[in-house]
Amino acid sequence: MTAPASNPAPAPAAPAPAAEPEKIHVAKEFAQKVPLIACRFDPAGRFVFATAEDDTIQRWSLETGKNAVLAGHESWVFALAGHPDGKTLVSGGGDGQLVWWPADAERPEPLRRVRAHKGWIRSLAFSPDGATIASCGNDRIIRLWSAADGAPLLELPGHDRPVYRLLFTPDGRTLISADLRGRIIAWDYRPGKEAKRLDAAKLYHYDGGQGVDYGGIRDLALSPDGKLLACGGLVDASNPLGAVSNPAVVILDWQSNKELRLLRPKEDIKGVIWGLRFHPAGFLIGASGGTGGGILWFWKPEQVNEFFKFPLPNTARDLDLHPDGLRIATAHHDGKVRISLMRPKPA
Amino acid sequence: MRCTYACGTADHAISRRGFLGGISAGLGLASGFSGLISPAVSAELARKERQVLLVWLHGGASQLETWDPKPKTATGGPFRSIETSVPGVRISELLPLTARQMHRMALVRGVNTKEDDHGKGYTLMHTGRRELPGQDYPHLGSVLARFLGSEQNPLPGYIHIQPGGGGVSGGEAAFLGPKYGSLVLGNGQPPSNTTRSGALSDAGATGREALRHHLNDRFTTRRRTAATDAYTTTYEQALQLMQRRDVFDVTKEPARDQERYGSHDLGRHCLLARRLLESGVTFVKVSHSNYDTHNENFDFHLEQVGEFDQAFSALLDDLAARGRLEHTLVIVMSEFGRTPNINYLYGRDHWSAAWSIALAGAGIRPGTVHGKTNANGTAVVDGQVHSGHLFHTYLRAVGLDPSDPFDVNGRAIQIADPAASAIKELLA
Repeated sequence: MTAPASNPAPAPAAPAPAAEPEKIHVAKEFAQKVPLIACRFDPAGRFVFATAEDDTIQRWSLETGKNAVLAGHESWVFALAGHPDGKTLVSGGGDGQLVWWPADAERPEPLRRVRAHKGWIRSLAFSPDGATIASCGNDRIIRLWSAADGAPLLELPGHDRPVYRLLFTPDGRTLISADLRGRIIAWDYRPGKEAKRLDAAKLYHYDGGQGVDYGGIRDLALSPDGKLLACGGLVDASNPLGAVSNPAVVILDWQSNKELRLLRPKEDIKGVIWGLRFHPAGFLIGASGGTGGGILWFWKPEQVNEFFKFPLPNTARDLDLHPDGLRIATAHHDGKVRISLMRPKPA
Repeated sequence: MRCTYACGTADHAISRRGFLGGISAGLGLASGFSGLISPAVSAELARKERQVLLVWLHGGASQLETWDPKPKTATGGPFRSIETSVPGVRISELLPLTARQMHRMALVRGVNTKEDDHGKGYTLMHTGRRELPGQDYPHLGSVLARFLGSEQNPLPGYIHIQPGGGGVSGGEAAFLGPKYGSLVLGNGQPPSNTTRSGALSDAGATGREALRHHLNDRFTTRRRTAATDAYTTTYEQALQLMQRRDVFDVTKEPARDQERYGSHDLGRHCLLARRLLESGVTFVKVSHSNYDTHNENFDFHLEQVGEFDQAFSALLDDLAARGRLEHTLVIVMSEFGRTPNINYLYGRDHWSAAWSIALAGAGIRPGTVHGKTNANGTAVVDGQVHSGHLFHTYLRAVGLDPSDPFDVNGRAIQIADPAASAIKELLA
């Protein structure tokens, strides 16, 4: 791992205030001209990164708003993952490349490139100890890499459709993968063995009239107590090619593997869940985009409908939760990253 | 428009192959499309049967994700371009297998049809003309079934394989008469009711057929019309189809071929197309659905174009390997292309101002790229053509003269738009 150009921000001295979803408001906007795709806070909490339809990654300082451009891919970048130490960012692109970046360098240049997959890389995840990075994508294979030097460690074939999302459990023992068909595989990844399968096929739809597969698990989130796996996506896809569907979240019991419930909006609002996070306080945050506009949804996993929703000014394409548990980043088609704060708006 | 055969001559009863072979005898205008075959090619046609394969990418495939990629531009999207077997010609990375066939193909990258409506675009691309009130023109498949087909072949001249329902579509033939319409094989299944009831004996079936012939012959001596001809043809074809029903059974093809073409619908349908072409069907159309990707264009093209690439490249390769490509015109087209602009749903919308089609085989100069769009694909900058030019080109490629008139109730009508002409650069 390359040494950072500057040190991570110091940890806050005082306990963080509690999040108040009902008080959420857009606190900051970072703008450029090209539609955005994905966004991530760095684990140290200093920056927000967003990928754009011009193949670049944009970095903004949350404090100063200063922008830097990370250019090194030959296609759109769909996946970002920050090393837990905050020093390194890894990106995965439609060009099938993994690129290592110094996360906080003044002018970040690629540190390493790995031709990792045939076709798009769709998701990346660092193991909690930071030693391993997992990647997946259209070639249906999950690959594990040494975070230190990019050496290939393991291949995990098992999905028969593009793999959309990866997530490590906090204990670092299990890697969870999810695909277009709503199939989930839990991997005991150190021996490279499939541990179990779960099913969120409700989020998948084959449209016989249009002849297309649609939906899939667009994001995964594990509850803070490790008991629930949330899978974000869509249901009611009556016209996939015309974007007619409703955002939805399938809640699975991680122990029994059974579906507990399907979370969905109270009203008939069209869209897709593109990003999903469990808040440390136990509620779920989802970002949807589509013909119903951009919306942040707040669900309690035991209740079918949201307890609060927050309309955003533009369709949302991804979401991340800041380490402080108060700020939510959303990437938008209008080229902006919006930082929404779950605290009262200053008077 | 109804063809009533007002002249009452027997000319209309001549076989289509016989019609082609008799061109040099100089049949007059009243006998139909008499001058369509140029003398220079008539001998060739007598030797080799010209056939056509049309692969219809239903809904409007994106030119940017197929034949005219614009990577690293604001409109290019996430897919890159790749080299093909023709140096300097690059196509989308979604077509790696087709890229290896490019030396057998030609691309038309300057298509501007000015029609963004699905239905009107469909008609435009199949007839080479805009829809006009009260005036229907025959679709390409009907034209070629009429003028290239063989009466001796028990199979219809125009067969359309599509997802969904089957049946017949006589309206596509317009004034040529409904017997040149398409037989539609829904989901690639054989035509319905083509197995004889077990309750009917051989003798019973023969007796019924003899009676039908007797009554039919008596009726047609005085009241023959295009419609009665179609009834007669349909009956005869139905009987012959019953005897050759296995033609529609792709499971009779080797397992290796089924695997090569793909386990999806398009794979099975393209393998069926090969089987039909080898059985002498003049015009085979395979529809692949659906490319109308207003939402998530890239994911849907990833899936659809992937299926197309596998099945189409296998079929083209087989046609070439079996010596059929040189007399089979291959066309890949849609009703229009898709917008260079990428919308907020990651979609592309309808776009007819600058898009592409692909050709191969009979009469086509391989390796040709005709027309050019600007850097971001928003406009044609060279070699602009419309559907009329393409329709003329198809006819020329199979040896027909699009400028000759066809007699419809005493009116001479040119089937191909008189205002257009063939694209010479594409013709071999």
